[in-house]
Amino acid sequence: MTSQQPDNPANTSTPSASTGRRVVMDDVAIRRALMRITHEVLERCEDLERLYLVAIPNGGVPLARQLAVNFKQIADVDVIVGVLDTTLYRDDLNLKGERPLLRETEMPSAVDDRMVILVDDVAKTGRTIRAAMDALMDFGRPSSVQVVGLVDRGHRELPIKLDYVGKNVPTQVDEVVRMSGSDGRLEGELEVVVMPGEPQTAGEGR
Amino acid sequence: MIGRDLLSIEDLDRADIERILDTADHMREVGKRVVKKVPTLRGRTIVNLFFESSTRTKASFEIAGKRLSADVINFSPSSSSLNKSESILDTARTLDAMDPDAVVVRHSVAGVPKQIADVLDAPVINAGDGAHEHPTQALLDLLTVRHEKGRIDGLTVAIVGDILHSRVARSNIYAFGKMGAEVRIAAPPPMIPAAVETLGVKAFTSLREAIDGADVVMALRIQNERLSGTYLPSVREYSATFGIDREKLKYAKDDVIVMHPGPVNRGVELSHDLTDHRPSVILDQVRNGVAIRMAVLYLFSGRRQENEQRVELGSTEKK
Repeated sequence: MTSQQPDNPANTSTPSASTGRRVVMDDVAIRRALMRITHEVLERCEDLERLYLVAIPNGGVPLARQLAVNFKQIADVDVIVGVLDTTLYRDDLNLKGERPLLRETEMPSAVDDRMVILVDDVAKTGRTIRAAMDALMDFGRPSSVQVVGLVDRGHRELPIKLDYVGKNVPTQVDEVVRMSGSDGRLEGELEVVVMPGEPQTAGEGR
Repeated sequence: MIGRDLLSIEDLDRADIERILDTADHMREVGKRVVKKVPTLRGRTIVNLFFESSTRTKASFEIAGKRLSADVINFSPSSSSLNKSESILDTARTLDAMDPDAVVVRHSVAGVPKQIADVLDAPVINAGDGAHEHPTQALLDLLTVRHEKGRIDGLTVAIVGDILHSRVARSNIYAFGKMGAEVRIAAPPPMIPAAVETLGVKAFTSLREAIDGADVVMALRIQNERLSGTYLPSVREYSATFGIDREKLKYAKDDVIVMHPGPVNRGVELSHDLTDHRPSVILDQVRNGVAIRMAVLYLFSGRRQENEQRVELGSTEKK
């Protein structure tokens, strides 16, 4: 398997005529994608002890936790999971309206000499990943940095590519792609939906 | 939602306060890193305009600004140069022409930050004005209590000391009241402001009654010039009746915390022992002060034009 899965929206898409809201990944698809990514990382990683998963909130957090569970299950390795908010490193703070809300950062240890894997739910412009890399460097000097994106929706504005992709989902630039769980929280069964464009709120689908 | 300037706690509503506290929680994390600097306000300028002397608050704002990568300029006009020719507002206008993104003002006269805010393009943050307000102090006190107790709503907070002359007391009365705490004050009768009950507090002249069952005891600094004379018979008398020590704390809750805005007159407002050890949390207050000021600079900085644009962009914020 390669990280660039052939895109086949017909399989999982369930367009709803009334709202234009369509589910592009359901919980099963997300778990399968994460399991495949786990194996891909294991294939490419020479020293599992040095792995360090860094989730970009909010969507990256449940995904990174699941990846850690997978690593434990398959390779019996305890991978550190950190959470890194990128808001204070954003490049658009001067353009925004109200200052965006900050989110949790919890880095359990330094990242020096670690093989860091950033985990995000939806990759679009690449600007969040750029911000995350800058933030990461303030926590030390990782030996390498790779990126997992559950969904790659295209529209890159910076020279950044993902190392591991759950699913490529071609979208209109003004559509909103969001991962959500039951009753609006990122818990329980997750799904990724594409919705028609609406005013962007802070940090969404970037 | 949050306005352009931060002049008082009285102007804020509970949602504003919670937004500032939540932001400060994340800023605390930045302060615990090895690299305690984020690029958020890179290229921005913050002016500390302190007409009244201050070491702690000024240093706190300066560190906060620098941790956000802003350039921080300290400007402390001596009273003599002000007397010579320049009025306060002229000084402020001169600084404003240098295009700062926030001006932090302290003055010994109540209302000066508001007057300055009225003529400036830059947002003004009140760092203490006379006996009026000291909003960032009250915010850091809220943050400290929220961390210690996990909540503010429903707590009993006793503020002890010179309420009449204290901007810290005034801001905290508003702050804890808005957040749902029961606020009590305790002071010798001359130091209790007239009609203080209209602010929603219970006033006591007995320390024991005021701290009975309290979750938080906050001692205020007594200014040296008031320690003898009209307001108080003597230092000794004050510390005997209103000075906090372990013996008197027995009337409060077992898990009471003791706070003080600093600097402490050791052995007067607090016993030596309490000044240095739990349950006092004075150094946590200082630490939280930097986080609160980072949050305030993050949320309030920016030139007027930019802020107006902000309001247009975020029209949902006009709830």
